[in-house]
Amino acid sequence: MVPITYYLLLAAALFCMGMFGVLVRTNALVVFMCVELMLNAVNLTFLAFARMHGNGLGHVSAFFVIAVAAAEAAIGLAIVIAVFRSRGTVNVDDIRTMKH
Amino acid sequence: MNIELVLFGVFAVMTLLSAGLVITARSPINSAMALVSTFFFLAGIYVLLWAHTVAVIQVLVYAGAIMVLFLFVIMLLNLGDAPHRGKPTVTRLLGGASAAGLLAVLAVTLGRMDAQPARLDAQGQATFGTLAAIGQSIFTTWLLPFEAVSLLLLVAMVGAVVVAKSRI
Repeated sequence: MVPITYYLLLAAALFCMGMFGVLVRTNALVVFMCVELMLNAVNLTFLAFARMHGNGLGHVSAFFVIAVAAAEAAIGLAIVIAVFRSRGTVNVDDIRTMKH
Repeated sequence: MNIELVLFGVFAVMTLLSAGLVITARSPINSAMALVSTFFFLAGIYVLLWAHTVAVIQVLVYAGAIMVLFLFVIMLLNLGDAPHRGKPTVTRLLGGASAAGLLAVLAVTLGRMDAQPARLDAQGQATFGTLAAIGQSIFTTWLLPFEAVSLLLLVAMVGAVVVAKSRI
């Protein structure tokens, strides 16, 4: 049997890679994809702990996370389209109207 | 040699490689394709965790629906090969340092715990991770959150149409 620790380490690595992508990428679409990576890392943690305790509750949580991720992707991409219509760019560094 | 460990190693390495491609690829299309393969390999990891149902939902919803949405938006925006400058080097270094720092903290913490899979009895082995068990749980104990999520999806659908449409 594979120790649960390995799965948790894999999830931690995946989460950190997603976080790195969110911090350094400038294309809003790629930033969204990195957020999806982080959500998947969380799902993996839920499932690993469900297996560790032999409890199906983690599967229900993962199901809800996937549903919320779908809603997040729909809204986020709609916002990206709206911003691209009005500004003509999806570069997160160029979209700074609300910054100052 | 344990076959489960070998499968886990293959899936884990491929997952991390494709995730690395997602964050390093120049074109968003390549990132999206690498993300699809990440989702597939993660579904394999889920199966190793006896989460067959979630693995199927992962392929259907993530690799299917969400990625189609991403590809559709990438092609709709038609970004082309516009010269894109990345973040400044300082930001890259700081981002890499913070990600590496978080990974180090998590690895040290997780390395201290010795977590093993639960030993399930015959009944547990027959029901753990099955669609019947998850459905039973969702439609009895977690019925209210389930309905709230369906409402959330409806709101997201209407909101996406309202936000993305230029004129209503």
